[in-house]
Amino acid sequence: MQSPPLLGGLGGAKMSKTLVEKIWDAHVVKSEEGFPDILYIDTHLIHEVTSPQAFDGLRKRGLPVFRPQQTVATADHNVPTLNQLLPIKEELSRYQVDMLTKNCAEFGIELYGLGHPFQGIVHVIGPELGITLPGKTMVCGDSHTSTHGAFGAIAFGIGTSQVEQVFATQCLLQSKPKTMKIEVNGELGKGVCAKDIILYIIAQISAAGGTGYFIEYAGSAIESLSMEARMTICNMSIEMGARGGLIAPDQITFDYIKGRKFAPAGQDWDKALVYWKTLYSDADAKFDSVLTFDAADIAPMITYGTNPGMGMGIQENIPATTAQPEKEQLSYQKALDYMGFDDDASLIGKPVDYVFIGSCTNSRIEDLREVADFVKDKRKADNVTVWIVPGSKQVEQQAKNEGLDKIFEAAGFQLREPGCSACLGMNEDKIPAGKYCVSTSNRNFEGRQGQNARTLLASPLTAAAAAVTGVITDVRELLEKVEG
Amino acid sequence: MKKFTKLTSAVVPLNIENIDTDQIIPARFLKATTREGFGENLFRDWRYNSDNTPKPEFVMNNPTYSGQILVAGKNFGCGSSREHAAWAIQDAGFDVVISSFFADIFKGNALNNGLLPIQVSEDFLKQIFTAVENNPEITLTVDLENQTVAIEGKVLPSGEDLGGAENFEINAYKKSCLINGYDDIDFILAQKDLIEEFEKG
Repeated sequence: MQSPPLLGGLGGAKMSKTLVEKIWDAHVVKSEEGFPDILYIDTHLIHEVTSPQAFDGLRKRGLPVFRPQQTVATADHNVPTLNQLLPIKEELSRYQVDMLTKNCAEFGIELYGLGHPFQGIVHVIGPELGITLPGKTMVCGDSHTSTHGAFGAIAFGIGTSQVEQVFATQCLLQSKPKTMKIEVNGELGKGVCAKDIILYIIAQISAAGGTGYFIEYAGSAIESLSMEARMTICNMSIEMGARGGLIAPDQITFDYIKGRKFAPAGQDWDKALVYWKTLYSDADAKFDSVLTFDAADIAPMITYGTNPGMGMGIQENIPATTAQPEKEQLSYQKALDYMGFDDDASLIGKPVDYVFIGSCTNSRIEDLREVADFVKDKRKADNVTVWIVPGSKQVEQQAKNEGLDKIFEAAGFQLREPGCSACLGMNEDKIPAGKYCVSTSNRNFEGRQGQNARTLLASPLTAAAAAVTGVITDVRELLEKVEG
Repeated sequence: MKKFTKLTSAVVPLNIENIDTDQIIPARFLKATTREGFGENLFRDWRYNSDNTPKPEFVMNNPTYSGQILVAGKNFGCGSSREHAAWAIQDAGFDVVISSFFADIFKGNALNNGLLPIQVSEDFLKQIFTAVENNPEITLTVDLENQTVAIEGKVLPSGEDLGGAENFEINAYKKSCLINGYDDIDFILAQKDLIEEFEKG
């Protein structure tokens, strides 16, 4: 691995830089007018779905993986979440997962495959193993790679041609992104989670509002969040079009990393810490765009449409089609028709069929603890099927060690084995046509969770509230009852 | 990589905004381990019913429309990074996608495969949709060298010409990759010594 590069100019006056610029500039192998930069990639994460064609590309070119020790693989998108140790039933899925095993063996890449205690969703295992570190450049053939930005890393999703590029050269040709700062200040209200913050921001700036930017999240409401919560926020940067989102590392970050499997230790830790403490945007650094929000304005959120920008506070009514810009009305109406919702309708009290708690957005131990804490001594409504899919084997094990599995069982929630699961329905975890699913995942696109399935994105708490009542519910009302 | 210089073709209009890569190629079709064959499942759930019969109202099932140019509403290709989306569009016979706004990852994936994404103004996009609506046989000419896209031919039966042209932007390096058919790996590999130098710090 790279030793931390020195920052600052040689000799001349130090220019003010944003956090993105500091990390980017430290990884530029070559910058030439008229060309994208050649950017060095510290860590490459891969999974079974977007890598096979890249391995084939290497074979065609007769190339090895240039830095296999900087590459880590897991199987997550296409794996069953029940009976994982049995052979995968579905032939194409089995073939794809087997192909990853074969490719990793042939090219000398560490694989945390099915049955391995480190297996899990690629964006959950990187952080929990201490592979994700401040100041790194990280890529993966998956758009939610932005998750790792929570540690103050430049992390972004790439296509398969770029996976091949990183295999072959440990570099990417990439133009420097524009930078946006999103500040959220103040205190969050009761029952409002990190997921609500990011759904709120996306609803404010639209599903395309961050395209072309790397976003730095800042402000007192962000700084007070745990690492798990910060990951939820950075994870969904791509849902407003931004390839990356990051947060300056601080003591919360360092405390999370220390002692993890692959985190630096001893003298390496001390040395790393000195570098990490330089990773912040300089006070007078210039962003291309700055947005500021007040945490007190954020309510528990729910989406009503077919892109993550179509979200609202749970007590609000669905905005009318006629209130949309004229050229967007056709697409907007199409989305409401798909969801079976009307203009101006409230979603409170609307029956739901499924609740999915999982995905790289909300499947970490903190998410499971929050849900368990809420459902303790409660039971799911009869009309709802509830799946809890932990983000990794380690999360699953920890949940069991803490007795969360017993709470879920008593509540009628099904605790499954790790994988991407019903977030994208590549395996058999699909929501049936026409059914409503309150989901802690990241995308409510048409058919995302199954053909003609209807997804309502929400926080783990809002999802748990729907599971217990069987209808869309403002979780704050249930929390008040407990206290009252 | 497939080369691209100039193309004149009829267009397939898809006037929907925020078309995400799950619509372009649903996840259940991502199990293949090669790049070929994704075209038959392009826009699968808009194009076919669940019993696999074609939905006649979908533009790709309407024999009136054909061609190698797909024209779509803004924020095309948002969502997942799956390059299968670009492969599916190309495999279905398209060489160009025109929109008023593209998602970053899709745009990069398209360029890396010789599928040309062209960003035009909102007004010009509307002009193209209006032109095709009035005369499905109109053609567009895309000239990469000169970075122009032009609506060709008479649009209205009255003889009124709704034609027009617009310049488009493209990164100069990517443009030369498309014209010459070489890719990023060829480019970086030629400078591998710099990478090893960088690693030494």
